[in-house]
Amino acid sequence: MLGFLLRRIAATIPVLLMVAVFVFLMLRLTPGDPAAIIAGDNATPQQIVEIRERLGLEEPLHVQFAIWGGNLLRGDLGQSYFFRQPVTSLIAQRIEPTFSLAAVTIVITVLVAVPLGTLAAYRHGSWLDKFVMGFSVAGFSVPVFVVGYILIYVFAVELRWLPVQGFVSIREGFWPFMERMIMPATALAVIYIALIARMTRASVLEVLGEDYVRTARAKGQGEFKVLVNHALRNAAVPIVTVIGVGIALLIGGVVVTESVFNIPGLGRLTVNAVLARDYPTIQGVILLFSFLYVLINLLIDIAYLFLDPRIRY
Amino acid sequence: MRPIATPLVAGALALGLAASAAAETTLRVVMHSDLLIIDPIWTTAYITRNHGYLVYDTLLATDAEGNVRPQMADGWTVSDDGLVYTFTLRDGLVFHDGEPVTGADVAASIERWGRRDAMGQKLMSFVEELRAPDDMTFELVLREPYGLVELSLAKPSSNVPFIMPARIAATPADQQIEEPIGSGPFVFDQAAWEPGNRVVYRRFEDYVPRDEPPSWAAGGKVANVDVVEWVSMPDAQTALNALITGEIDIVEQIAHDLLPLVEFEDDIDVININPLGNQYMFRMNWLHAPFDDQLVRQAAIAALNQRAFLEAVIGNPDFFLECAAMFGCDTPFATDVGAEITLVSDFERSRALLAEAGYDGTPVVLMHSTDLQVLTNLAPVAAQLLRQGGFTVDMQSMDWQTLVSRRARKDAPAEGGWNAFMTSWVAADIMNPIAAAGFTATGENAWFGWPEDEELEAMRNAFATETDFERQRDIAFAIQERALEIGTHMHAGQYFVPMGIRADRVSGVLEGPAPFFWNVTKSGG
Repeated sequence: MLGFLLRRIAATIPVLLMVAVFVFLMLRLTPGDPAAIIAGDNATPQQIVEIRERLGLEEPLHVQFAIWGGNLLRGDLGQSYFFRQPVTSLIAQRIEPTFSLAAVTIVITVLVAVPLGTLAAYRHGSWLDKFVMGFSVAGFSVPVFVVGYILIYVFAVELRWLPVQGFVSIREGFWPFMERMIMPATALAVIYIALIARMTRASVLEVLGEDYVRTARAKGQGEFKVLVNHALRNAAVPIVTVIGVGIALLIGGVVVTESVFNIPGLGRLTVNAVLARDYPTIQGVILLFSFLYVLINLLIDIAYLFLDPRIRY
Repeated sequence: MRPIATPLVAGALALGLAASAAAETTLRVVMHSDLLIIDPIWTTAYITRNHGYLVYDTLLATDAEGNVRPQMADGWTVSDDGLVYTFTLRDGLVFHDGEPVTGADVAASIERWGRRDAMGQKLMSFVEELRAPDDMTFELVLREPYGLVELSLAKPSSNVPFIMPARIAATPADQQIEEPIGSGPFVFDQAAWEPGNRVVYRRFEDYVPRDEPPSWAAGGKVANVDVVEWVSMPDAQTALNALITGEIDIVEQIAHDLLPLVEFEDDIDVININPLGNQYMFRMNWLHAPFDDQLVRQAAIAALNQRAFLEAVIGNPDFFLECAAMFGCDTPFATDVGAEITLVSDFERSRALLAEAGYDGTPVVLMHSTDLQVLTNLAPVAAQLLRQGGFTVDMQSMDWQTLVSRRARKDAPAEGGWNAFMTSWVAADIMNPIAAAGFTATGENAWFGWPEDEELEAMRNAFATETDFERQRDIAFAIQERALEIGTHMHAGQYFVPMGIRADRVSGVLEGPAPFFWNVTKSGG
């Protein structure tokens, strides 16, 4: 187990290195010049050249990469061209809203999708099953921003129950936090509920036909216990895998959601940085996202050990 | 939505000199973009200019009639030979760090601005010396008479010659300042600044406003709210929803196509704070075929017309104006001379000019900006009109930031360069041929497009050195004719951007070339 963990952690290093090289080169090949953006619309060509020199963009690519890579090894992600703050500080400022949104979304998703998928499997062919299947198709098909705008229109603009936008830290109170989090998390959760409910249904449906379920029923166990202790537990590995992949995909989903609901998180930081060609910030955020992907996958692998005793690393 | 009003009006509250009541009032505003750079001399970005107007003050200022008024200056005199301008500062001016404003601060600030700003650079080319004989006096000494001293120092838009402490103004012009300390009516709360999220300004209790009522950037700048908070909100729809529910007090710019959303909202006023508005520009690249030929440039201007652009982008005629004046309608140098051709398309003339030039069908690489609402539809309209005028057009779509980067390239269009693009100017930036970057005709050193014409440059120099307004105006008219004859650019119509305010609690919003936050009152917290 320990050896497995060490190997997996060591494997993250080449992954992150490749991501670093790829992102660095991709950004330099993308059209757009941060210096021209910083200088403003009325700037003269000479002013733009001056700014390029100051930002080090006039250096050859390999020199730029060496400087950035050297700083990276010391844990320094560099300084944002625009905000003139260390990228690590910018990320630190933005991480709480994004993680809060992701956490609430996951909680809503798991609380809704797993029971819904399990019941749909149990009531296979019933109206509930058809509803879950229909909802899954709709949930996949409707973009997050459409759900977001509908929620805003109904619950904020018309009913005035919830604020349109913004973020309040949970440290300032649970309700102020939740009243701004319910709509974005719900909007974001729709697609994951669709995904995970469908996967749970398929997975539970498969194990419901297994011998051990029939045996459990034959022993006279109640249906609830059969479902939870035998069916759901044995169906857990694919479900957890999908939840894990869902968390990783969430990182992409928050970009749109944070814009629609004006949440100052990593998603908006990424959009702003991309639009402004703020290379150090984009590189820093993507490296962080890559690290999270790797970490989540590692946690999923570890979770398998607890869910299925047959699995050994 | 209440009827469109001009806020001059609300300016009746201009004399609302009474400070706000005891409870802290916070004015929450969604601006057109995030504040990324806090040095208003280093960048020309309008958001930074707007930030500058809160934090800094100016020696002189332009009022709503276009007159130059003293602002930090108590007054000024000009020597008989027109070479020495002596400005006396008002009593009681202090910076946000508690230090008094002195003539040396003014001299250092003007010097730094003069290194950066195009109009400032022109002024400085005539300046012999900037000096401060004593703490309350600033003197500008010229080598030869220059007609734009006051207009330059009262420049209302980017870059505005804001005054900062000499120790900060000593920062090299190509480096950003670190400390945003000014002597304006609001203090920048750097600790509360969350880049990309919110910017906070607090009332400067020691600010001494002028006694006159406010008029544009001139007059008494009375801060009636305790805090101005700029809330960053990238989604236009969300910003408008937040205005409707009252989470926000002001949305600086409402996209024209979203106006119907507030049409029936009684508590929201839609106003136009900038009566001069903005002007579209069709810019051609003189370095490469086909626009390296004057006849071809004239053909392009003949094919285009302002109304087509304005209807395609703005749509609502309440917010646009066909305007033949290259320096903007209702400005001191406005004239129709030679510019009627921009109002209607003349495709026959365009084709005839192309034939005369021997145009061989070289495609016009037209850059199309896709992500800014006020620019998105311009290039497709231009492409269609140019095709009708006999051109072959290769319209290439890209986001605005890519366009901004690419327009700086002088390479041939096939090698990553370009032939034409469209942009927009705040009219206050183009009110005379020195401030308006599109008229520089110095070739490689000119604004993107790099026109070169000695005659036009001679006329601009004559304008700059002329001290008589009537003669200056005659020269400006001639410059307009010459610019259209040689085809520096085509002005493609004037438009206005609506501002949305919560009329049930916000009043006193002023007209101006930029959004000003003094004089604004808010009831409630």
